[in-house]
Amino acid sequence: MSVEMLFALCACLLIGIGLYGLIVLPHPLRKLVAFNIMGSGVFVLFGALAKRGAAAGMLADPVPQALLITAIVVAFAATAVAVALLLRLIEATGSASLADAPASKD
Amino acid sequence: MMTTLVSGVVVLLLLALALWTVVARDAFLAVAGFIVYGLLLSLVWVRLYGIDVALTEAAIGGGLSGALLLGAVGKLRRTEALSWAERCGLGTRALAAALSVAVTLALVLGVLFLPDPAPTLAPQVMRHLPATGVGNPITGVLLAFRAVDTLLEAIVLVIALIGVWSLAPDRAWGGRPGPRYDADPDGMLAYLARLLPPIGIVIGIYLFWAGADHPGGKFQAATILAAMWLLVQMAGLGDAPRTDNRALRAGIALGPLVFVAVGVLGLPSAGVFLGYPEGWAKPMIVVIEIALLPTLTLVLALLMSGAPARSADSSVPRAKP
Repeated sequence: MSVEMLFALCACLLIGIGLYGLIVLPHPLRKLVAFNIMGSGVFVLFGALAKRGAAAGMLADPVPQALLITAIVVAFAATAVAVALLLRLIEATGSASLADAPASKD
Repeated sequence: MMTTLVSGVVVLLLLALALWTVVARDAFLAVAGFIVYGLLLSLVWVRLYGIDVALTEAAIGGGLSGALLLGAVGKLRRTEALSWAERCGLGTRALAAALSVAVTLALVLGVLFLPDPAPTLAPQVMRHLPATGVGNPITGVLLAFRAVDTLLEAIVLVIALIGVWSLAPDRAWGGRPGPRYDADPDGMLAYLARLLPPIGIVIGIYLFWAGADHPGGKFQAATILAAMWLLVQMAGLGDAPRTDNRALRAGIALGPLVFVAVGVLGLPSAGVFLGYPEGWAKPMIVVIEIALLPTLTLVLALLMSGAPARSADSSVPRAKP
């Protein structure tokens, strides 16, 4: 199996693991880590596709690679906003709970 | 053969670490796993011939994101135990597992039936790269062929910072983010904060300048410069800036504004927004990069510092009106 195929399949599993963690983990910070795992899976999949696009003497297609750099920076910015929101939530309510108020819970 | 073996080991380690971040009971251990995961991921990028991506991943994905999450774990300790009580039931977990497996399988099917030969834009990039005057195709894509993406990214970063700052409580509005760090002035941290920044600044500027023709560029450079600035703050040698400082805000707005100005200039001179006139591509790219470097450095460091937490005039205690 080629390297890019190996990493592409690995990326599919990473996306699945991240998605599971995002749904199941109760603490928002853990959800955030899981979401980042899922996102990195998407990046690796895209990177493997870039490697498949090697042509014209280049070892990989530079267009998806450039988009990946943009994506990694934007993912960090989004994570920073999420962390700030979470810290503010705890400051305001004293808890990290994402549950609805008990009255509205079925 | 050897390299395939190494790739196989990296894949297994990545999957194990990803699982660990999901199943670990303790948030600190999960985040520690995530940082190692980020570093391993840069090995994957090297294997996929994305040296620029590897540098960005190691600096931002592993470094900054990891430090950010680690800092958050410290502040969230007491909410952790309570949170486990809200864990969803077995049914939900089974459904989530089924959904995850379904998504993974769908993706695997997609990967197995990819079109062959793979679509690629590499020949177009190579054909038009000489016109831009830069030698690194990634830089060419980021600042010429897909410059509009980079422009929007710079704007997204500034918007993210506005989002973080707007979470400040009223009393801290316009104030300084984070605590004032008080480290031992003769301690190891203060020593490193005096020793490393000169080296870091040189490496940062080298990466920035080399990015035109070699792996590197403004993002990686800005991350290193931001890390140096944060190190100085954490060692207590300098304080975080007031967020209502006009010079600071001007530095943050500089990059996107210059980028937009160059873009508008392209309308009359090249007939299209973000077009560069014949023979002027390289100077225009350099102007944009130089304007973006302070913006990226400031925004990355300030995103790490978080929302303003101290009143604007924290040095002089003021009586409340």
